Amino acid sequence: MPFINLPLREITCKIVYYGPGLCGKTTNLQYVYAKTNPESRGNMISLATETDRTLFFDFLPLGLGEIRGFKTRFHLYSVPGQVFYDASRKLILRGVDGVVFVADSLVDRLDANLESAENLRINLAEQGYDLDKIPYVIQYNKRDLPNVLPVEELSRQLNPTKVPEFNAVALTGVGVFDTLKAVAKQVLTKVKNGD
Amino acid sequence: MNQQMVMHEGEFLRITSVCDRLTREANAKIVFLVDKNGQLISSAGATNDIDTTSLASLTAGNIAATGGLAKLLGEREFSILFHEGERDNLHISIVAQRVILVVIFDARSSLGLVRLRVKKASEELATVFADLEKKGTMPGGAGSPFAEITDEDIDNLFSE
Repeated sequence: MPFINLPLREITCKIVYYGPGLCGKTTNLQYVYAKTNPESRGNMISLATETDRTLFFDFLPLGLGEIRGFKTRFHLYSVPGQVFYDASRKLILRGVDGVVFVADSLVDRLDANLESAENLRINLAEQGYDLDKIPYVIQYNKRDLPNVLPVEELSRQLNPTKVPEFNAVALTGVGVFDTLKAVAKQVLTKVKNGD
Repeated sequence: MNQQMVMHEGEFLRITSVCDRLTREANAKIVFLVDKNGQLISSAGATNDIDTTSLASLTAGNIAATGGLAKLLGEREFSILFHEGERDNLHISIVAQRVILVVIFDARSSLGLVRLRVKKASEELATVFADLEKKGTMPGGAGSPFAEITDEDIDNLFSE
């Protein structure tokens, strides 16, 4: 649940970007970082390997302005997508308030998407969360590439519960903020309802 | 699942006061308190020159990774971490199993002094967090300061 500091009138929420290796989780955060006013964001931290693969996590703190006198802050994290970093993924899901699943639209990545989505459900359950009950959105990334699956097919396979879904080209920013906004809205709605 | 943490005025003042005193008594440069999810709760000392948000997030990541190692070895947790640098050192400890107390100090202090002062401060902080826990989470619905939030308010956050 979000951290609410009444005397400072601040609310901080944690959003985690999940998905298979090389699907574009870090790219999403990099785009948000690049396009956000420096006064509204902190430094972006990437704990990555020498070949720029995420090793532990990326972290980007964002300030979204005030809502009813409360400063709203979002801490965006991305997990390492590669299968063998599962222990790290579990740690990063701790205290999560909302999840973005970044799916790789490429035809030959469907199995990796399905495996990662299942892994997300299992790892959340281990922390006591039910994926069907927390703020959750799906992004179909790399829509600009030629050898991609139709969105309808991806949606049928990856989005059986019909959560909000977005087409994206994270590299150029298409759909990046729409995705973030959708998950942030769900998180704040949950705060509003006191869930 | 992690319980929602709501910080109240009285406890916030007590926490700030403990962190300030620890900074002085341990001859520390900076003291800060982070929850296990990486959110900064309080900081004291010479914090102007450092990125406390990043420090908080990395500290929590560090504690989480070390906790993972502990479990692999059959330990419940490693409650103290110490990083020694050429100039500055980092003493990290877990308080009341849910928050992380970080002390940054240099040659003007010593590990022994820091450990001694941290022990006392941890006991005081544990009492504060026990009191916070008793107050529980934020009431939902009409009792919540967030009950009045509208969809428009949320949309406005994203308008450029």
